[in-house]
Order: sequence, then C-alpha cells, then structure tokens
Amino acid sequence: MSKDKRCPVNEMKLEFPGRSINEGFARAAIAGFAAQLDPTLDEINDIKTAVSEAVTNSIVHAYPDKIGRVMLRGRIFEDGVLEITVKDWGIGIEDVRKARAPMFTTGNEERSGMGFTIMESFMDKLYVRSKVGKGTTVRMLKRIAPRNTAR
Amino acid sequence: MKINVRDTEDGLVIQLSGELDHHAAKNALKEIADATEELVPTICTLDMSEVTFMDSSGIAVVLGLYRKMSEVGGKVIVKNAPPGAMKVFNTAGLERIVTFE
Repeated sequence: MSKDKRCPVNEMKLEFPGRSINEGFARAAIAGFAAQLDPTLDEINDIKTAVSEAVTNSIVHAYPDKIGRVMLRGRIFEDGVLEITVKDWGIGIEDVRKARAPMFTTGNEERSGMGFTIMESFMDKLYVRSKVGKGTTVRMLKRIAPRNTAR
Repeated sequence: MKINVRDTEDGLVIQLSGELDHHAAKNALKEIADATEELVPTICTLDMSEVTFMDSSGIAVVLGLYRKMSEVGGKVIVKNAPPGAMKVFNTAGLERIVTFE
C-alpha cells in the first residue's frame, strides 16, 4: 500500500466498537469532516456510501463472533484529496483479489457482495491490505475539486 | 428506518423511510418476507421516495424481495429511488431484473 508522505492540512481519527448502530455514526462523522472541502451533494453521498461499505465489512466480516474495534481516519491534503482509512484488527481476508470481485461474499442474505465494487467505483482509488489473523486496512482516496473552477 | 406495508388494489406497497444500511437491512428483509408470505401479491412495489441514504444493503433487500416474488411468479417494482440509491443499484446492474419507475 502506497503511503502518502505529504503532510495533511487536516486530520481526524475515531475509534469505536463494531456495533451496527455505528455504521450511521461513521457516515455522519466522515460527512462532517469532508464538509470543509465544500463537496457537492453527490460527492458527499459517494463518500458516505464508501465509508458505510468499509465499516460494515469490518463489523460483519472482520469480527464474525464478537464486537471488535474499528478505526476511521480522515486526512485532507493541499490538493483537495480526501484520504479515508478504515482499519480493524479482525480475522483478515485470505484472498483480497477474490474478495474484491463483484458478487463475492462470505456473508448471509443481508450482504450483496458489492461492497468493494462500490468503494472502487465511488472513490478515485482503493487500496486493501489484509493479513489473516491480524486484520484489514482499507484506504480510499477521492479528490474534491474546488467549485469555483471548471466543473 | 421505518417500514410501512400497505395492501392496495395495485398490489403490495412497501414504503421505506430513513437510512437503509446493514443495521436496518435485517429487519427490512424480515418485514418484507413476512408481508409477501402472508399476502402473496402478484405485484410488489418498493417505494423508496423517503429513503435518505442507501448502501449495498439496499441491493440485498431488493434481491431478497425479488427472490420472494419469483417464488410465486410475482413482479417487483422499485419506485422513486433517490439518485444516490439509483447509483448503487446501477453499479450492481439491478435494472436487468427489477423494474425501476
């Protein structure tokens, strides 16, 4: 996973137990943080959807039998790039490539297997790093263009 | 998420209001299964005009309804899905099996 060595202009970090009620909390938190980039309603919706998918994956798949910790970090860079990291310390993903394929799921009927596909298409970049027994880190980037320039 | 089920002349109408995520999906799937099993409609309309957020859990809910309705040869219509929800449905290619209005 490529690390951004640049200095962010702003940063936030949250940690919460992986209860499903916190999916809505994570969405609200990232929407509040991203608001300073003056995103459009469509962009804010894309970001909320991608975070919802990543956090739900941690809650459902990383901790199948317990409530574990989930970390959400947001960073903003000078060029208007929003970086979002969702990390868990759960069971990990054996085959990340397979997990990222559309319609693949290890979950039950509440899951569609479209989580990674949505993160990938709603954000500009998606990086997934996982180690079995150690946990999973999802890092996503999206550039929010300033509104007064060509859009 | 609030779920309102109405048995109308035009078939079963299920109105969803609020945020449809994994947290809400389990209950939504159960209520939809209960309603379709009890009323066995030929047409079921999922009214999403009051949905304020939806992630891929919405795909699972529509697919769940589609499966239930297919068992009895019924039809599913998804009505008034907001743009954000529509984008999620299109990513999954759901327009190939369900009618959107």
